[in-house]
Amino acid sequence: MLAVVAVVAVTGATIAIGTFGVRVARTTSDFFVAARTVPPMWNASAISGEYLSAASFLGVAGLVLKYGVDMLWYPVGYAAGYLLLLLFVAAPLRRFGAYTIPDFAEGRLRSLPVRGVATAFVLLIGWFYLLPQMKGAGITLSVLIGTPYWVGVVVVGGVITANVALGGMRGITFVQAFQYWVKVTAISLPAMFLLLHWQQDRMPEVVSPAPPTFAHATDVEFGVDTRFRVETPVVVDVTGELDGRSATGPRELTAGEHVVAADTVLGFPAGAPTPHQLDLAAAGGTHWGRPFGPIADQEEHPLFFTYSLILATFLGTMGLPHILVRFYTNPDGRAARQTTVIVLAMLGAFYVFPAVYGVLGRLYTPDLLLTGRTDTVVLVLPERIVPGLGGELLGALVAAGAFAAFMSTASGLLVMVAGALAQDVLSPNVRGFRSAAVLGGCVAALLGLAVEPFDINRLVGWAFAIAASSFCPLLVLGIWWRGLSAVGALAGLLVGGTTASAAIGATMLGFAPGGWLGSLLAQPAAWSVPLAFAVMIVVSRRTPASIPADVGRTMVTLHTPERLGLTAPARP
Amino acid sequence: MPGTDAPRRVAVTSPRTEAAERARPARRRLDDLADQTEVGDVLLRALIRAQLVLAVQVLAVLVVLLGGLPLLFVLVPEVGRLEIGGIGVPWLLLGMASFPLLVLLGVVYIRQAERNEREFAELVER
Repeated sequence: MLAVVAVVAVTGATIAIGTFGVRVARTTSDFFVAARTVPPMWNASAISGEYLSAASFLGVAGLVLKYGVDMLWYPVGYAAGYLLLLLFVAAPLRRFGAYTIPDFAEGRLRSLPVRGVATAFVLLIGWFYLLPQMKGAGITLSVLIGTPYWVGVVVVGGVITANVALGGMRGITFVQAFQYWVKVTAISLPAMFLLLHWQQDRMPEVVSPAPPTFAHATDVEFGVDTRFRVETPVVVDVTGELDGRSATGPRELTAGEHVVAADTVLGFPAGAPTPHQLDLAAAGGTHWGRPFGPIADQEEHPLFFTYSLILATFLGTMGLPHILVRFYTNPDGRAARQTTVIVLAMLGAFYVFPAVYGVLGRLYTPDLLLTGRTDTVVLVLPERIVPGLGGELLGALVAAGAFAAFMSTASGLLVMVAGALAQDVLSPNVRGFRSAAVLGGCVAALLGLAVEPFDINRLVGWAFAIAASSFCPLLVLGIWWRGLSAVGALAGLLVGGTTASAAIGATMLGFAPGGWLGSLLAQPAAWSVPLAFAVMIVVSRRTPASIPADVGRTMVTLHTPERLGLTAPARP
Repeated sequence: MPGTDAPRRVAVTSPRTEAAERARPARRRLDDLADQTEVGDVLLRALIRAQLVLAVQVLAVLVVLLGGLPLLFVLVPEVGRLEIGGIGVPWLLLGMASFPLLVLLGVVYIRQAERNEREFAELVER
């Protein structure tokens, strides 16, 4: 009940701040980029608030619970992406004075086709990234009040759409800044209480040779049909359908494979080893705590998987359109750099904590390894560990944080999607923006209904891979290389972006050939990013005629400090 | 800080140099940049090169320190088994140490990038 109050409070505050912002937002320019009057500290809070999504708040802990230390590459990559953004993109892009990546593409290359393709990828990445947020909404609401998955998707999708359509970005900037602080409090405070409790519990060994066991007698409820493996025979209390037969009362689970139907409840006795889902590598043992542990059983080429993930996250951040648009709310290039470093510090402060939940989840919520609902570990753990009102309060806090996480990221993404739709497809004014927001929100919610089976971070990692394979080469070469031609940029965007998307799409639809081909398709960044760079460079060399005539002038604008007064005025 | 009672520094130049400085049209290099003359182009290329070299250097540090870890864990599996205070070293490296490293690299980069820009501005405004 407390959790519901907390969630309603966060949602209410979000809407209130958004509405307050509307009164300040008057012109179209205000509406899109908050009139560029946001100081670095606020702006950094807003960027961090927007960036820390369901993937960071819920997903990282869930993956650590399942696969161990290798999954920490996700948060490290999510943060490191900002260092690369700082090194190659932040200040020059701000000086260029365009609002969005399509604006940059058109202004730099003087080509409408490049703008068109850039817009298409903004929409693709934006919608793709919205899916895991929708999943976060669906599972959070179902943990809190037991609604079916789709209810959370529809309700949260609706609230976000209304808020974006009515508030524009001015409102969003303050909302996002506020939500960073909500999230960092909601992840750190309960984590400290959990650690304290673990200490009072005489610090049970997390990484032990034995598989995880149920600490107390536990009723495990299955949301979907689940196949699992039992290592040690155990007598459970069944309500529902076990191994194809409906059953009530005690039954023995023999060693080997079993299957339960959706909505079945199995009551395990205290001390029983936790069975694990069939598609999960064996959950137990010291193996889990070491690099290339469970991941090595899961992936055929774990080293390739890790490096491909590193490439996608390190290079994908700069290609995330909803993040770049925030850099225009810095007054100048210098402020853009300062903002980025503050963001790095803020993300670091946050990312220390999710792993705590994943690790303690091994001890206190091993049943999630059986039901497969590992993405909910952050939500479930506090009430499981801390008894009574304290646990309930902490549970309310993490629920509020989770809501802040997917609300803020989804809002930022929707602003970007709506902005691109309004600018290039509908009509570039406030009315067009509002219709675009409604259209974009509906599409996201509809697609969000279909992604329940995927790990949140898997989806986010894929969105990063597409961004890294399309916008990263466009920005890096566009900013640092005069020789980039319009045809070259177009070819690189299309080849890199579409091959990465196709590989991911095939994997999502269940096309999983074994061996190298499967690994290459499932985690494409390691080949699709170099491919995109290569195509852009080679084609540009062959088509010097389509290098824009004013590239010299553009370079002056991108790279000279503002105090010289050579930076071109903003292009509306 | 030197003592406040120290004599003020003054630039000692020949009257002829000063006359020459005054005679030269002001802000000429700035115009070179704005008008894309050959001189302006050389100046700009030097700035871009300096900034790019700096960025690549910082990136190289990141690639070695962080990017080398997976390879290290594979080649020297013993590192993955080390513990400090009961916590595995890989957990400490990835979960804790990597974040301050990123901030540190960012701060170092900004200082040097702004120095490059300041030197460039002084050069063209002289």
